[in-house]
Amino acid sequence: MTIAILYASTGIGLFSLGLYALIVLTHLLRKLLAINVMSCGVFLVLAGLAAHTPNAIVDPIPHAMVITGIVVAIAATALGLSILLRIHALTGRVHLPGVDEQFDD
Amino acid sequence: MQIKNVTRSEKLHKLALTIFSAILVICVAIGLMISVSFLPVRDAELIEIVSTQLPASGVSHPVTAVLLNFRGYDTLLEMAVLLLALIGTWSLAPLDVQADDTRHSPGEMLDSLTRLLTPIIVLVAGYLLWAGAHAPGGAFQAGALLASLGVMIQLTGWKLPIELTGIYLRFIHVCGLVVFLLVAASGWFNSAPFFSLPPDLAGILILLIETFAMLSIGLTLATLFLLGRPHSTP
Repeated sequence: MTIAILYASTGIGLFSLGLYALIVLTHLLRKLLAINVMSCGVFLVLAGLAAHTPNAIVDPIPHAMVITGIVVAIAATALGLSILLRIHALTGRVHLPGVDEQFDD
Repeated sequence: MQIKNVTRSEKLHKLALTIFSAILVICVAIGLMISVSFLPVRDAELIEIVSTQLPASGVSHPVTAVLLNFRGYDTLLEMAVLLLALIGTWSLAPLDVQADDTRHSPGEMLDSLTRLLTPIIVLVAGYLLWAGAHAPGGAFQAGALLASLGVMIQLTGWKLPIELTGIYLRFIHVCGLVVFLLVAASGWFNSAPFFSLPPDLAGILILLIETFAMLSIGLTLATLFLLGRPHSTP
């Protein structure tokens, strides 16, 4: 197992943790955080696999994609937060409709 | 007794759902791990292309060259995404700076620290922008630093005068995208395709794009932070 594969596996672990949290947790803010953890995992996979080349020369193209992705992730998080605030202001809830808040985590 | 049974069955239902989704996610993770670990080592064709074309890109750092020259279209769209996120945020939570009435003095220590840090952060952002041509750095890192400066200034209680928050602020928000588009379209004058920077001017053009992109990114992220907060305590 090379270092590149190790980084990519760590990224997959982060992605899976985030995916599990996204499915199981009901609070919208936690869902948003879970999406962020997932995107961090994806970035780690991209950055790790950039060195998965002969002689381990680092490929600059995945790195450029990660920089693009980070900025888009920040923008998406900000938009999600403002949608969450709007939902809270309109309905007073921080869960999607149909979720039983009694069993919140 | 009846109510208790219902609660217990619902709890069991929730537990079953949790275990089911855990198994599902573990399966996904194992599948991804297997596919990544059996991934063939890629041939270095793309790296070769980047390194042979690097002298024509105007910068010597390959990531910056990819970001702003070879795949500049991605970066252009990314600036548009930032602007779209800002528009979306504003349409959900209208700009209402005055509504924030938590006016408290930052205190002498915090105040002097802010005054000390502000020029340093501006200096480091400028350096990062300049260093992007030959080392890790560039518009996004510098913009993020400027955004952190904006967040710090907002948190310590400094505010922009209200007459500056109108057209000037919006002008800086869009200037990154507009300059990028103009530079990309300037190839048409030499009957070259969209996004073809002439090799002898590429360095200056990339620095020009990055300077305005840095201002736009920094200000947009800081504004996103401002409106991502509730105006009144819930």
